[in-house]
Amino acid sequence: MSNTAAVSAGTKPRKLQINRRTKTIFFAVMILAVLFSVYLAGALLSDDLIQADFSKKGLPPSLEHPFGTDMLGRDMLVRTIKGLSVSIVVGVVASTVSAVIALIVGVAAATGTSWLDHFINWVIDLVMGIPHTVLLILISFACGKGLKGVLIGVAVTHWTGLARIIRSEVLQIRSQQYIEVSKKLGHSSWWITVHHILPHMIPQFVIGLILMFPHAIMHESSLTFLGFGLSPEQPAIGIILSESMKYLSTGMWWLAFFPGLMLVMIVLLFDRLGENVKKIVDPYSAHE
Amino acid sequence: MKSKYYLKFTGKYLVRMVTLLIAVSVISFVLVSLSPVDPVQQYVGSVPNVSVEQRAKIAEYWGLNDPPVERFLAWGKSILHGDFGVSLLYRRPVLDIIREKFAASLALMMTAWVFSGVIGFGVGCMMGVWNGKWPDKILKKVCLIMCSIPTFWIGIVFLMIFSVQLGWFPMGMSVPKGVPADQVTLLQRIHHLILPALTLSFLSFANVALHTREKLVDVLESDYVLFAKARGESKWSVLKRHGFRNIMLPAVTMQFGSFSELFGGSVLAENVFSYPGLGAAASAAGMASDVPLLLGITLFSALFVFVGNMLANIIYGIVDPQIREGYGHE
Repeated sequence: MSNTAAVSAGTKPRKLQINRRTKTIFFAVMILAVLFSVYLAGALLSDDLIQADFSKKGLPPSLEHPFGTDMLGRDMLVRTIKGLSVSIVVGVVASTVSAVIALIVGVAAATGTSWLDHFINWVIDLVMGIPHTVLLILISFACGKGLKGVLIGVAVTHWTGLARIIRSEVLQIRSQQYIEVSKKLGHSSWWITVHHILPHMIPQFVIGLILMFPHAIMHESSLTFLGFGLSPEQPAIGIILSESMKYLSTGMWWLAFFPGLMLVMIVLLFDRLGENVKKIVDPYSAHE
Repeated sequence: MKSKYYLKFTGKYLVRMVTLLIAVSVISFVLVSLSPVDPVQQYVGSVPNVSVEQRAKIAEYWGLNDPPVERFLAWGKSILHGDFGVSLLYRRPVLDIIREKFAASLALMMTAWVFSGVIGFGVGCMMGVWNGKWPDKILKKVCLIMCSIPTFWIGIVFLMIFSVQLGWFPMGMSVPKGVPADQVTLLQRIHHLILPALTLSFLSFANVALHTREKLVDVLESDYVLFAKARGESKWSVLKRHGFRNIMLPAVTMQFGSFSELFGGSVLAENVFSYPGLGAAASAAGMASDVPLLLGITLFSALFVFVGNMLANIIYGIVDPQIREGYGHE
């Protein structure tokens, strides 16, 4: 990183000059590649690698097993990567659904009649009025726990913030003159929404979507940790961490430390990705 | 004039509270009714030799065969009479459990709340004053990383470091093992409270600090601060006269608006530390399909969040001179 900074600060070699935009795009692509390879690695690694092997149970981190092994002799590195892979999939699916809900609800609130706006605001207040974890527990309970419960729970509880942002953006755009002109030209409200308003929402939508991942992933693993999410046979960070609780007092620190740290890294990477994309698509924030 | 305004204010809040609680109870009731878990099976549990007739009798007794709307009305009616039902998990009235557990949770949540509020505000102010210099950059990075750390993992890490390795703090629970409840000293309670409270405050601490920093930077870049500096006011006096006063309001909103996060976080923190509070009870109720308790806690948590927001608005009115003056003019 310091290398590219030095190069861009110096002026001598012209073709090596990299501006901030290129650098940002480069980092965004890098992060995306890392996240994608974690997903692929988890999906492709064979389950044979995490077969129980009691001759190797409870080994501390070593060269052969960088993250150590658990009480069934399974390699923690493989389990962690598989768990992260599942987390990424859940995060992507749930936050995409959530962002789409946010877009629809936000646009509907801003363009619809005033009672619809009031109603949507009321629903948002309501969803925000129940503590997030409690709501997730309720929804997961309603779905009979498991993967489905987590997906639905995370998807239907994360749209409120983005919906509010989109609503206010749409309201702002609707007060512009060209919308008035378009109305006078006889375009329908639907036509205006599709052609004049939705294109403006793309930056907010994309940024909101990516910045939703970290929350989605954290809530997925919290819910799984509490026992409402994925089942114990499935590889998941939440499962690994709740298992590790049993062996804490025996001093087997690696069972909890590395998987959690990796989860934090993934969350941070998504966060960075969001910030970078924000700089690319939203010119105003690039000058901060 | 003024009392009329207060009356309107309170009236508005009462209406909002009632509609909110009705809506929350409808939604949570619908959600638990959707659950595929069979409540009779859950109640009977592993007890063998429960005949089909007995099961049918239990279902009949609970009114499980009635249509959902009727069940909801029956449930709502008993709630209005202050009867939240009996918890299947603890076999005691739900209201008693909530009261007892909430006292423990409140101690935990308030400690964490004060921790994160005071330290977060302080650190945020430091970052704001040093805006752009290296202490600010480092602290900002640290806060951003802290925001990404799941509550339950940091709880486990704290347990590993401070309880297992260093042995400074107990391994969880709210009181020492094997000591009668009436002999537990306050000091022992505090000793058990510190680690869970630190864990709980971890997430919101970073949020508060970053938020405070943003606001303070905005204030310090304003024209009136420039003018104050031109008048020759010292850095401290600028901060005292202009900085703190202007960031007080957002800080209050933020702090009281965090009740929802606080409650949600307490579910996780209490689970990690086996702290016998309302949060742990909520997840236990969900795991054991204890519907009356789950519904009771949901309603209670919504009320808790609502009270937080209401307090923020009331304090706003007291602190903000614009709103305070505005009372008479409406």
